[in-house]
Amino acid sequence: MPEVTLIEGIRQAMDEELARDENVFIVGEDVGPRGGVFRATEGLYEKYGGERVLDSPLAELSIVGVGIGAALYGLRPICEIQFADFIHPAFNQIVNEAARMCYRSNGEWQVPMVIRAPYGGGIGGGLYHSQSVEAFFAHVPGLKVVIPSNPYDAKGLLKSAIRDPNPVIYFEPKKGYRLIKGEIPEDEEVLVPIGAANVSRPGTDLTVIAYGMMHYYTLQAAQAAESKGIDVEVIDLRTITPIDKKTILASVQKTGKVLIVYEDNLTGGFGAEISAILAEDAFTYLDAPIRRLAGPDVPAAPYSHPLQNWFMLDPKKISDAIQELAEF
Amino acid sequence: MVDVEETQTILSNKTMLEMYWTMLLSRKLDERAWIIHRQGKIAFHISGIGHEAAQVGAAFAMERGVDWLVPYYRDLAMLLAFGLTPKEFVLGLLGKKGEPSSGARQMPSHWSLRRANVVSHSSPVATQTPHASGIGLAIKMRGDRAVVLTSIGEGSTSQGEWYEGVNWAAIHQLPVIFLVENNEYAISVPQPKQMAVSSVAQKAKGLGLEGISVNGLDVLETYQSVKRAVDKARSGGGPTVIEVCVSRMTPHSSDDDDRSYRSKEEIEAMKAQDPLDMYRAHLMQEGVLNQAAEDELQTRAKAAVEEAIQFAEQAPFPDIEDASFPVFVEDIQNA
Repeated sequence: MPEVTLIEGIRQAMDEELARDENVFIVGEDVGPRGGVFRATEGLYEKYGGERVLDSPLAELSIVGVGIGAALYGLRPICEIQFADFIHPAFNQIVNEAARMCYRSNGEWQVPMVIRAPYGGGIGGGLYHSQSVEAFFAHVPGLKVVIPSNPYDAKGLLKSAIRDPNPVIYFEPKKGYRLIKGEIPEDEEVLVPIGAANVSRPGTDLTVIAYGMMHYYTLQAAQAAESKGIDVEVIDLRTITPIDKKTILASVQKTGKVLIVYEDNLTGGFGAEISAILAEDAFTYLDAPIRRLAGPDVPAAPYSHPLQNWFMLDPKKISDAIQELAEF
Repeated sequence: MVDVEETQTILSNKTMLEMYWTMLLSRKLDERAWIIHRQGKIAFHISGIGHEAAQVGAAFAMERGVDWLVPYYRDLAMLLAFGLTPKEFVLGLLGKKGEPSSGARQMPSHWSLRRANVVSHSSPVATQTPHASGIGLAIKMRGDRAVVLTSIGEGSTSQGEWYEGVNWAAIHQLPVIFLVENNEYAISVPQPKQMAVSSVAQKAKGLGLEGISVNGLDVLETYQSVKRAVDKARSGGGPTVIEVCVSRMTPHSSDDDDRSYRSKEEIEAMKAQDPLDMYRAHLMQEGVLNQAAEDELQTRAKAAVEEAIQFAEQAPFPDIEDASFPVFVEDIQNA
């Protein structure tokens, strides 16, 4: 099997779905001849034409709002928001419109659409090219929020998201676009179901729950912990809403200790929700307090390299937290 | 520019009477909604009194059943023209089971009528404008012959969402009509505090599409202008902004008291130019309507309203289980 990058998995998913279903189209800034600022849509404009790989005006809410209209008519838009930091103008359209359409029309109108956005820091992006914004959307009933951590899942989850009849927010760990590589089979269809977490590393001493870029770092940290004699189980959430409680609870029942790792600010981040689920449903399994390792409560990752490093989690910070929890 | 005589030769007497009936029925339902609100039977009403001519003129210019409508909350007369029944409207007022817009989840007059291509809208204003352009984009991509009309108040054209939506339609020459029902007030804020231009139609210029302003108190003038824009859109000529100048003859909603920001004289002047009265007088003058027919229509409208009220009052409330349904499409498939 060929080893490809995470962004290649994303590109393959869109390529295959554009070929499979004529209702699928891509809309966003620079997605056309430029192939996207990160090259996620590279070659697709040439292959499918400017109508199905459509450059939008520089106006994010219109990308989502126009996408919603097209979805109401029966198309399946893939809306690209160039950076998750720029999704906020579209918040009204996502939260008040896309998410509520099915409920507010008693199911008469549906919005099958995907909103893709690169998220996260570590690339010198400063305050406005580094944000992790998943918690805002995880709070909203009617949205699914998906965050892949490797090329196979990136492809399989995106294909599932495009076929999903609901609005799906699909956040891509931009730091991992080319850093994270993995195998994707060429001769079979790759589909990963939305809503299923993955035990990416089995272990017995403690559980670490992560997603996206932090999952990639967590696997490295777990490797480092192994050399210290700590056997870590790692769960890759893959989908944060709807969350796979069953997989989480089964793991915590086995290990009795949990560390939740997320790149977003600590307070009100999605790890807080996981922590609440564990406090309610896993209390009797726990041998130690639930621990969260997250970004500090400052507005975002600063630009300057040492300041960015201070903000960002890394394998070392995660393995330190693992050791601390193991010793509890 | 608008030749009412020419319009009359296009429209049969039957159609002109149908337009009058729709306006009359809308007025009677709207007036009754105010009454049952004051009786404490409903929590909220938002009125379209004074807008009926503009809405009916626009609706009749469209090919209902083929074309799409993305409305806003004042569009009772428009919705009646698209096939909403009086019973369905009152079910919505009372929050009763079977209400077709939202299953009584939304406040009254937050329309949706899937069977008639009327798209669901929300309360935050101008969110619907980009949806209309998206529908227009999809129509163009599929090569269908439908056009889409979206309506809005003039105050809501201050929103960025309105500009972004209209901009899309202009760039891609989409088959969209942006109907702006200008009643000169956004709740209490008058038009001069909303925009520096004297007409919303002027806003179209900066976005590169045709903008026109029409007397929305005249149903036939509105019909003719919207028809021309619909024909243009259907034949690939692109979008149009149409400002229809109307009167908001009531407070903004049942929670508003307009005596704090406009004078009695202003409201009296509006009533002297009541679009329903003016159209009735016109039809009588033209011999399309006589007093006997008018009396009969009034009786019929009163009976239709009465029947709708009784029907909806006796209808059950939604089941409590409906409140948790359907958040996701799977909830419908699994039901």
